[in-house]
Amino acid sequence: MKKSRRSFLKAAGVTALGIGAAPAIKAVASSGSVAAPVKTKKAEALNAKRWGMVIDTNKLTDEVAENIVHACKKAHNVPDFDHEPDAEKYPDTQPVNKTQEIKWIWEEHFEHAFPDKEDEFLAEKFRHLPFLVTCNHCKNAPCVQACPTQATFKREDGIVLMDFHRCIGCRFCMAACPFGSRSFNFRDPRPFIEEINPDFPTRSKGVVEKCNLCAERLAKGQQPACAEVSEGAITVGDLEDPASKVRELLAENYAIRRKQELGTEPSVYYIM
Amino acid sequence: MLEIAIKGSKKYWIWLGLLLAVMTVAFVVYIDQFVNGLMITGMSRDVSWGFYIANFTYLVGVAAGGVMVVIPYYLHDYERFHRITILGEFLAVASLIMCLLFIVVDLGQPVRMLNVLLYPTPHSMLFWDMCVLNGYLFLNIVIGWKVLEAERNQVKPPAWTTPLIYLSIPFAIGIHTVTAYLYCGLPGRGFWLTAILAPRFLASAFAAGPSVLILLCYLIRKISKFDPGWEAIQTLSKIVCYALIANVFFFFCEVFVVFYSKIPGHMSHLQYLFAGLHGHNALVPWMWTSMILMFIGIALTVVPAFRSNKTLLPYTCAMIIIGTWIDKSLGMISGGFVPNPLHHVTEYAPTFKEMIISLGVFATGFFILTILFKLATTVKEEVRG
Repeated sequence: MKKSRRSFLKAAGVTALGIGAAPAIKAVASSGSVAAPVKTKKAEALNAKRWGMVIDTNKLTDEVAENIVHACKKAHNVPDFDHEPDAEKYPDTQPVNKTQEIKWIWEEHFEHAFPDKEDEFLAEKFRHLPFLVTCNHCKNAPCVQACPTQATFKREDGIVLMDFHRCIGCRFCMAACPFGSRSFNFRDPRPFIEEINPDFPTRSKGVVEKCNLCAERLAKGQQPACAEVSEGAITVGDLEDPASKVRELLAENYAIRRKQELGTEPSVYYIM
Repeated sequence: MLEIAIKGSKKYWIWLGLLLAVMTVAFVVYIDQFVNGLMITGMSRDVSWGFYIANFTYLVGVAAGGVMVVIPYYLHDYERFHRITILGEFLAVASLIMCLLFIVVDLGQPVRMLNVLLYPTPHSMLFWDMCVLNGYLFLNIVIGWKVLEAERNQVKPPAWTTPLIYLSIPFAIGIHTVTAYLYCGLPGRGFWLTAILAPRFLASAFAAGPSVLILLCYLIRKISKFDPGWEAIQTLSKIVCYALIANVFFFFCEVFVVFYSKIPGHMSHLQYLFAGLHGHNALVPWMWTSMILMFIGIALTVVPAFRSNKTLLPYTCAMIIIGTWIDKSLGMISGGFVPNPLHHVTEYAPTFKEMIISLGVFATGFFILTILFKLATTVKEEVRG
């Protein structure tokens, strides 16, 4: 009994279509031809069997990393606790607690991105390189398993998504995630959004959020915001397609994943 | 039977009024949290569960501890527990209501809490926890009420209560097992990722629950004419003794595995709790206090002369309650989150507002407990008198 709301909606949609289309199909059938299959996705949408990300750490400078983090925040209305709230629009905004901030993608040093691979003789250059960490869109996602309302769910194409309107804010998913990739809205995030992007919803207080691999951009045929500004450091593509760019990169380079030993099968790879 | 609750002494009403006052203050603070969000707590991105969930975990234990009077009385016909069985069941009821309240105040979107029922999700342990907690609550209310009513009317309890009583035993074990499963099935949290967690939770529950019950028995003897019986209290304290030894033993099993295997992801949490990590050591004094209190608790319950000392025993129980509370609440929840999965250290301390809200939940629990115990003791006095 693993029926997500998505599949329910789909079923409901198909049913509705069926009811609506029945007379038409009858008409077509009587004329002897076959009804065309129902198209569920827009033609321009980018599709994959299982979306994945490859980060080339050689191409990632502090400047590029900063741009990426900023582009992600802008695209998804992620609040920035350093942003001074508009006193007119949001009077009496209480001071922020930096430990309660929201992060979708952010910079870490090697020993924090890969705490299990900490090494006293690690090559010096890796100590200072920026490592971008984000949701791994795990194949066996512990957050999906933990969520008591299926507000966090896995799409057929591998993206772990969230329904912000169903989340009850129990934060079980945050305890379950082995990568610290989830953030909770301890307060209303809106006063801390520099400029609201009308193409993506803002969140209310009391719900969890995280990277969605720019599912909304992929649906419009665009690359994820991070990949777009990464100057070639981030590639997003189909892990199941041997001809894809991500598979090509993985075939040619040595890449590692975070906490592979836990068996969650992260979909984000790091070329060393 | 409820009419008993509205006939009480002046002290009874003052006590209830006091609890109501605390509940009111806490409710006002909760409105602040409801409006502004959980930002008023000390919780953070790294330590995403705090005081509320810690107390929840502890009280699940107190509720499960009630089974330590149910098993001897109903399964082994241990007559001396006849008088206190109802107290154990009513203590479980009050504890469970506090548990549920602690969950509700911890939610970011409490108005959506029924989503758990609207979208039942068997692969989430939280779903099962909701099932067993509510089930056990329902069982204890029905059993406690029916058995007490029968005692008042001096008849045998209805036959259909017997299967419910037997059912309540696995439910008691179940609530704490599933609560442990919330934590111990998470792949990235080395501190909780151990099969000993559920047994350890149960052991500490069977020490804490009966300790609370002993204190309540002392209180009842003092303020009512009903005597729970010294022998029953003595048996309870033996149960406390063995359970506490088991808890400490299980803890040392964990310490051995962690430090002999030297797996960093498992060691770092215990290091943080007992020695401090990267200069962060807020919980170190607490954890050592807990250890010392539990060892003193063992010494004072294992030696017959100490255990049977009527003046000493309530102090022993208080020490055990505090010791196991630090062990299972404060340390168990913070310990699992520090250091975080990226090996950063963010410490946690509850805020004043968070503590007031928690106090309000406790006051609500005590309010219910007072009324239930008032019913129980009055009926027992009536029957005896």
